[in-house]
Amino acid sequence: MADAKPSPLPASVDDSLAMLGRADYVADRSLATAVHLALHLQRPLFLEGEAGVGKTEIAKVLATALERRLIRLQCYEGLDVASAVYEWDYARQMIEIRLAEAAEEGRDEIESTIFSDRFLIKRPLLQALEPEVGGPPVLLIDELDRTDEPFEAYLLELLSDFQVTIPEIGTIRAERPPIVIITSNRTREIHDALKRRCFYYWVDYPDAARELEILRRKAKGAGEALSRQVVGFVQRLRTMDLFKLPGIAETIDWTEALMQLDVLELTPNAINDTLGVLLKYQDDIARIQGSEAARLLDQVKAEIAAAPREA
Amino acid sequence: MNATASAASDGDGRLLANLMHFGRALRAAGLPVGPGKVIDAVAAVRAVGITDRRDFYWTLHAVFVNRPDQRLIFDQAFHVFWRNPELLKKMLSLVLPQLNIDAPPEPGSEMARRLAEALNPNPETRESAETEIEFDAAMTFSDREQLRGMDFEKMSLDELARAKAAIARMRLPIEDVPTRRYGRDPRGARADMRATMRAALRSGGLIELKRKSPRRRPPPLVVLCDISGSMSRYSRVFLHFMHSITNDRDRVFTFVFGTRLTNITRYLRYRDVDLALDRVAEAVADWSGGTRIGHCLGEFNRLWSRRVLGQGAVVLLITDGLDRDAGTGLAHEMDRLHRSCRQLIWLNPLLRYEGFEPRSLGMKAMLPHVDEFRPVHNLESLETLIDVISAAAHRHTAAAQAQASYGMREE
Repeated sequence: MADAKPSPLPASVDDSLAMLGRADYVADRSLATAVHLALHLQRPLFLEGEAGVGKTEIAKVLATALERRLIRLQCYEGLDVASAVYEWDYARQMIEIRLAEAAEEGRDEIESTIFSDRFLIKRPLLQALEPEVGGPPVLLIDELDRTDEPFEAYLLELLSDFQVTIPEIGTIRAERPPIVIITSNRTREIHDALKRRCFYYWVDYPDAARELEILRRKAKGAGEALSRQVVGFVQRLRTMDLFKLPGIAETIDWTEALMQLDVLELTPNAINDTLGVLLKYQDDIARIQGSEAARLLDQVKAEIAAAPREA
Repeated sequence: MNATASAASDGDGRLLANLMHFGRALRAAGLPVGPGKVIDAVAAVRAVGITDRRDFYWTLHAVFVNRPDQRLIFDQAFHVFWRNPELLKKMLSLVLPQLNIDAPPEPGSEMARRLAEALNPNPETRESAETEIEFDAAMTFSDREQLRGMDFEKMSLDELARAKAAIARMRLPIEDVPTRRYGRDPRGARADMRATMRAALRSGGLIELKRKSPRRRPPPLVVLCDISGSMSRYSRVFLHFMHSITNDRDRVFTFVFGTRLTNITRYLRYRDVDLALDRVAEAVADWSGGTRIGHCLGEFNRLWSRRVLGQGAVVLLITDGLDRDAGTGLAHEMDRLHRSCRQLIWLNPLLRYEGFEPRSLGMKAMLPHVDEFRPVHNLESLETLIDVISAAAHRHTAAAQAQASYGMREE
């Protein structure tokens, strides 16, 4: 038998912060507080923020750090119960009916056979309610804003009571609720009724110090000089009126792209060649490319030269 | 267990009372805080412990805040309240009487006016609409100067009935789009296995195949309405139109613009049309001023398009195309808007006087980027407006026709 004892939850906000740090997630103390609350009061954590600020990553990191299974439900328009919760295996049911009829079984018998566990296909939400060795799983409901309102309403029962009702079987209830992380990119507002059942956290772009720390951990091998320049450049871009500001994911991708090209220090040419990794809209690229990039780079270099070096 | 727990049991009652007062203060400031939230807050504070002011802040933040725009109000309330609870109460008591006196009787008095009108057809003298202050609106917009006010004539009972009837018969060029959800349909293209299985169990014997097809629903609608000086005579009609359609279907978002862009969706959700219009009149700062179409569309593209155009929205742009900036940057923003939505309909209330030249630079910049161009010549009522929108679609040739009829060509 495997060890049935679940891995312990962090005991305090400091522990939560340390736990996220150990799993290479550089979190704000505010985020650690929200995570701590969600873990201890067994409520879903609702994360909202721009694309690429590390919302999905939090769920992955929690699953790794707590050694829990990660169950992911990617939302899309038209997501329904059949693909999110459960579905009956119709083909096998049909065969079963034919066989039972050939054996001349009674109607009630057939019904109780074909609506049994054997023919139930479990989708992510139902899987998350099942007891797991090693503790309740982490359930990631990703990009909830992509679904429609009816599905959101369906989630209300699941998220407040951690149970689902299957008409043919009855109500299935989780013995111990899963750790639920919900993310939204805010392409539409999620209804207040759902948010009310969750702890809310707005994931913002990181400040320069935290972004530098993230680069140190996520883009290993990047030189200190390059990392500082990259962070300075991206931080400046975020103060501009761009159509889509670069997220942390873009910062990491860009640094890796620069490393691939053996760039040790940013130059206007290197920026122009790789700007497509950082900015994803042609208008934004056209605006930054060339003289604007050179101007920003000069500012960044001046800033770094003026700042006292860290020990 | 630790120091916090024992300290909490000692001062538990006072903390509880303070959290309750804090919750009430937030509610008065416009956050949706009910008793349930206060209970949650107590549980949350106990789970984290009160050792660190910052942790305390973020604990309450996780419970009380639901939307990014509430963060500022929460932040201010937190710092004022937890430094000195009395101060915040005093501040709110200055505001509360106004809220209590002005806001609640308003719908009732409107009803009474309409009721009186129904009983007595003689028009009664109208009192000037008293300004009312909504607390959170005041907080959001206090730093914005009131450029020009607006006072709308109240809607008569007859107008109200006709508006409802007109909206009911409105048909957009794109009416319903298929969703990815299915509904039962005997002639559907797909087999509905679940229904088939149920039917099979009921009847036994031969299994009859049930069918399904995609359900259809109207796409989201985004209305962008120009309220500048040249359009001011139509403002009332357009606002009535936007109010009726907001309350007629779901997923309608409404914006007005002159020199700046204002989202008025929330105000138009008030069922009572006169109340809704009063709120809009207050919230919008640039009535009957100039127009900066390019600038406002740019703002829409940057701040709102991703949030409201996400699910294949139809955009209804209402403007006469007279642009103070002479079309600078307009073509670019129109192009972006056009490419981010399912369909872009331009409704243009043309000026009626003789010799009107529809060749403004704004129009030239906009026409190539619309799917449907609908000019209105005699816009007097909501019904005319709706007839124009519902007219049979010209499909993709609309822009080309419009260009030909005005003798415009792209270079």
